[in-house]
Amino acid sequence: MSHRPHIEHAEQSENQDSPEQQLRLCGDWTLQQYEQAKAALSALSDGQMTAVSTLDGRDISRLDSAGVFLLQQYFGTELIENAQLAGQQQKLATLVLQACKDEQAPQHGGDNPLRQWLEQIGRVTCSVLQQQKQLLAFLGLALDNLSRTLFRPSRWRYTATAAQVEQIGINAIPIVALLTFLVGAVIAFLGARVLDEFGAAVYTVNLVGFAFLREFAVLLAAILLAGRTASAFTAQLGSMKANVEIDALRAQGLNPVEVLVLPRLLAMLISLPVLTLIAMLCGVLGGMLVCWLALDISPALFMHIFSRDIEPVHFWVGLGKAPVFAFVIALIGCLEGFKVAGSAQSVGEHTTSSVVQSIFMVILLDALFALFFLEMGW
Amino acid sequence: MVSKGIISVRGLHNQFGDNLVHEQLDLDVAQGEILTVVGGSGSGKSVLMRSILGLHRPSAGQIEVDGVDLLRADSEQRVQLERRMGVLFQRGALYSSLTVLENVLLPLQEHLSLPAEDAEALALMKLRLVGLSSAVADNSVQSLSGGMIKRVALARALILEPDFLFLDEPTAGLDPIGANDFDELLVTVQRALGLTVFLVTHDVDSIFKVSDRVAVLAERKVLVVDTPERVATHPDQWIQAYFQGPRGRAAQQGKRHPVNAEEDA
Repeated sequence: MSHRPHIEHAEQSENQDSPEQQLRLCGDWTLQQYEQAKAALSALSDGQMTAVSTLDGRDISRLDSAGVFLLQQYFGTELIENAQLAGQQQKLATLVLQACKDEQAPQHGGDNPLRQWLEQIGRVTCSVLQQQKQLLAFLGLALDNLSRTLFRPSRWRYTATAAQVEQIGINAIPIVALLTFLVGAVIAFLGARVLDEFGAAVYTVNLVGFAFLREFAVLLAAILLAGRTASAFTAQLGSMKANVEIDALRAQGLNPVEVLVLPRLLAMLISLPVLTLIAMLCGVLGGMLVCWLALDISPALFMHIFSRDIEPVHFWVGLGKAPVFAFVIALIGCLEGFKVAGSAQSVGEHTTSSVVQSIFMVILLDALFALFFLEMGW
Repeated sequence: MVSKGIISVRGLHNQFGDNLVHEQLDLDVAQGEILTVVGGSGSGKSVLMRSILGLHRPSAGQIEVDGVDLLRADSEQRVQLERRMGVLFQRGALYSSLTVLENVLLPLQEHLSLPAEDAEALALMKLRLVGLSSAVADNSVQSLSGGMIKRVALARALILEPDFLFLDEPTAGLDPIGANDFDELLVTVQRALGLTVFLVTHDVDSIFKVSDRVAVLAERKVLVVDTPERVATHPDQWIQAYFQGPRGRAAQQGKRHPVNAEEDA
């Protein structure tokens, strides 16, 4: 069905002395045959090309805009304009030539790669600083809204907050419980192996209790929520932003921070401490199970050592960090959501950024807390 | 009246749950014409278009495009045919993570193995063809105005040199001047490229300006297919309300370029 595009050299015109020549174009000059058409044109020598005076396109079976464009590239606008073409094809050629005439192709930036690299470094550095500044500003905004809403119970959004607590807290219980149980078991195994060499296997109880109450429970729960919830916040708010729903709220006189951020923030503040508590329980439970099976420390003995050696202050140190982490995760998740700029790509970028940032901040803050508590002797 | 068009729909049934959208719907689109489909909201215009495009599998019926039975064709035939169809979706549906040029370039790169610079030159030519300057080529899609989005979407629909062009409310959301420009562009391009156009629209001005024929969808089938003038005088109540309402009358008084002389004769 398709005909190969080719060029025939018509007989020299009546005037034999003239080097002018007529070319006859045959076949399909279409996008499908683009390569063949280009090859046929490239086969013409420079001499032949300059000698061409007229083009005869009456034998062209099919012509599309890609074909006209290609011919224009080789023969120039004038020859195509004067070429003999069928009626429909003439119209097409006129339209395409018009488009070709308007402008030249823009120059794509072929910048110095070293310069681009330096520029990139500068840009990233600035954006990291900018990010921290924005986070602090957003923290202020959220606290401002929180304090104003706090004393006006009529503005509390019970339903939204409860729904968020279900999604963030209750639905996360199984995964938090399972994960901390396993980590508790692993730590007990490690402790059993190392401490057994010194004949101090019984201190595994202290290791598990100490590690979980102070650090691991809250850290694991926070990291899980950073992955699970910060990303959800960003994606939810980001899609709303992309769909101009945030602007719609503003236009109706509603405060997006109050309507969207506060319920999420409060739900997070409620959920993370509770999840931390569950994480502590499950982690210690996992340790207890390993102690019983691997070290023959019965649960009763475990509990005895545990209550004798582990002071309540460790529990409060661990739990006290939970609201801070909750606050940071919720803020970063929501802020990144508000930064989304309308495209699917942007939603993805900011979701990634919110998870990375919140995990980073959680671990950084935990390290700072550890230093602080060490100095305080708690 | 055309006996059997290059696109022919026969006995189309579409049902969503209890909601019967199309029942025994027949429609023909003749080669090289602009057929406009109008109908109230929910009358199944978009479903009809999606059925022809193969984006929605109808409950029953037969759809032929250029002699190929779409519902029974093998995937090879379908791909061949789909390449010959260009689509402009209602809100443009440009890929938001790509630049303007990349949006137009994508089908070329995916379907044909052209050298990169040739493909890029072709895409730039298409952008200029739809009246955009090459300066916008590297812009992000978010920075475009509504009218430009429609033009980029048209360039993307035209990049594979289709024989059929499907447009879903191309002038919706454009200001009257922008809509008018787009209509003129559409007619120019359609005539030059010899396209067969299937146009879904609510814009009465557009209907009179561009269509060769108008098909009215109502009561689950095609109520009438004819030239805009003759459809406008059809006695059906809905059609009268549509065309003889204040907006419809104003549109008919506007200038009308006879698009396809044979049809009118």
